[in-house]
Parts: sequence; C-alpha cells; structure tokens
Amino acid sequence: MELTRRGALALGAGAALATLLPMRPANAAIEDRIAAFTGGADVGEGGITLNTPEIAENGNTVPVSVSAPGAVSIMMLAAGNPNPDVGVFNFGPLAATQAASTRIRLAGTQDVIAIAKMADGSFVQATNNVKVTIGGCGG
Amino acid sequence: MSAEVKPRVRVPKTAAAGESIVIKTLISHVMETGTRKDSDGNVIPRQIINRFTCDFNGESVIDVNIEPAVSTNPYFEFEAVVPETGEFTFTWYDDNGEVYTTTAPVEVS
Repeated sequence: MELTRRGALALGAGAALATLLPMRPANAAIEDRIAAFTGGADVGEGGITLNTPEIAENGNTVPVSVSAPGAVSIMMLAAGNPNPDVGVFNFGPLAATQAASTRIRLAGTQDVIAIAKMADGSFVQATNNVKVTIGGCGG
Repeated sequence: MSAEVKPRVRVPKTAAAGESIVIKTLISHVMETGTRKDSDGNVIPRQIINRFTCDFNGESVIDVNIEPAVSTNPYFEFEAVVPETGEFTFTWYDDNGEVYTTTAPVEVS
C-alpha cells in the first residue's frame, strides 16, 4: 500500500486522538485534587518555581524541586500516574525558604504540577512536562 | 523490615543565629506502591512512609504528606533557620505503624 498524503494525515490524527482519549479521566482526577486543595479558589501563575529534568531516563527516581517564597504549603501532582498524588509540603515557622527537593516516580511522559498556597490564601500553579524513557511504576 | 530501615540526615554542626542551613535527609525504605504485582499476579500490598516531619526544639520546620509516587529511599532537601542552639528531630511515619526518628544537634555560635 502506498502511503498517500491524505492517508498519512488520517493516521496522524487517529494517533493523536488515541493518545488524548485515555488522558481525559486522569484530567478529571487532577481537577478534583486541585479543587480539594484550593477549595475551588482561582489558581494564578507566577511566584512558584518548579524544577524538573526535561528528560528523565529512569522514571523510578526523578529529581524535582519546588520553590514558592511566601507559601504555607505546596502540593505536587503527577498528572499521568495511576495515582496522581505525589505529596504535600507544609512549611513551619522555622523553614528558611519555602522550597524543597525530593525524588519522585513517574509512570511515563507527563506533566508534573505544583500548586502553592500562599500566606494570604491565594494559590499559584506551575506545570512542567517531563519526558520519561523508562516508566517507574512497575506496571 | 524495620532492620533495613536506616534514616540518615546531614545537618551542619554549627551555624550562626538566624542563618539558613541546608538539611538533607534520606531513609532506606522500599516505598512499595501497592500497584505492583508479584510473579503470581497478586498485588503486593502498599507499604510506604506516609509522613515526614522535621522539628527544631519543638517548632515545625517542614511537614510532608507523602504518597506512593515518592521514590524508594525517600530523599528530602530543604532549608531551616536556627534561632538558638538546639536539636533537630526528624520523624518518618510508616504505613505499618512504625515510627522512625533521628536527631541532630546544632550549635549556634
């Protein structure tokens, strides 16, 4: 079979659709988690820095760090994991900076989301895409 | 199980009052996610560290709720201010009810 331009386009559109479809329920779960954390408040941009590698060779240990000056707590989510929760960092009065680093598992290429709750009750969000070569959930 | 769990922390021995110091912690733990299966297809039950806290003289520095997405041998790095000479207390809470603690003194000169 000769691959025509039309055929190739249809194939590409089909593939894009196939990758988007399984993401939908995961996105709903993400929105639920964000709503539970923010209480439905608007989430802004800026004031939060999320550092992740662009490409992670091993999804079992992906170094991430997050920093949000003035935050009281930061929630981290991995949008493409079977269970998107990663953790919540609550900063106490003796924290010098509202920043922390850890290592997380990523099941595959996906977005990592960090949402900070500021001292004044507002919320800011940062999202980074991480490409994962080998997934880290043993599934 | 608990014999394998070994907390390690790195804290400077001395600091100036009000200085911010970097603290690194690591604990050896399998962090079994509860989604993996063994060779017979049975789900391996979840067993993770679900909470980590760091206090200095009873005042909180950081308190982390941990989910299974945190890697094996959970590592945390953060910064703290030390107002006076005292002791950091690090506590890890295991799913099986065990609690691991370690302390590190800091002298303020």
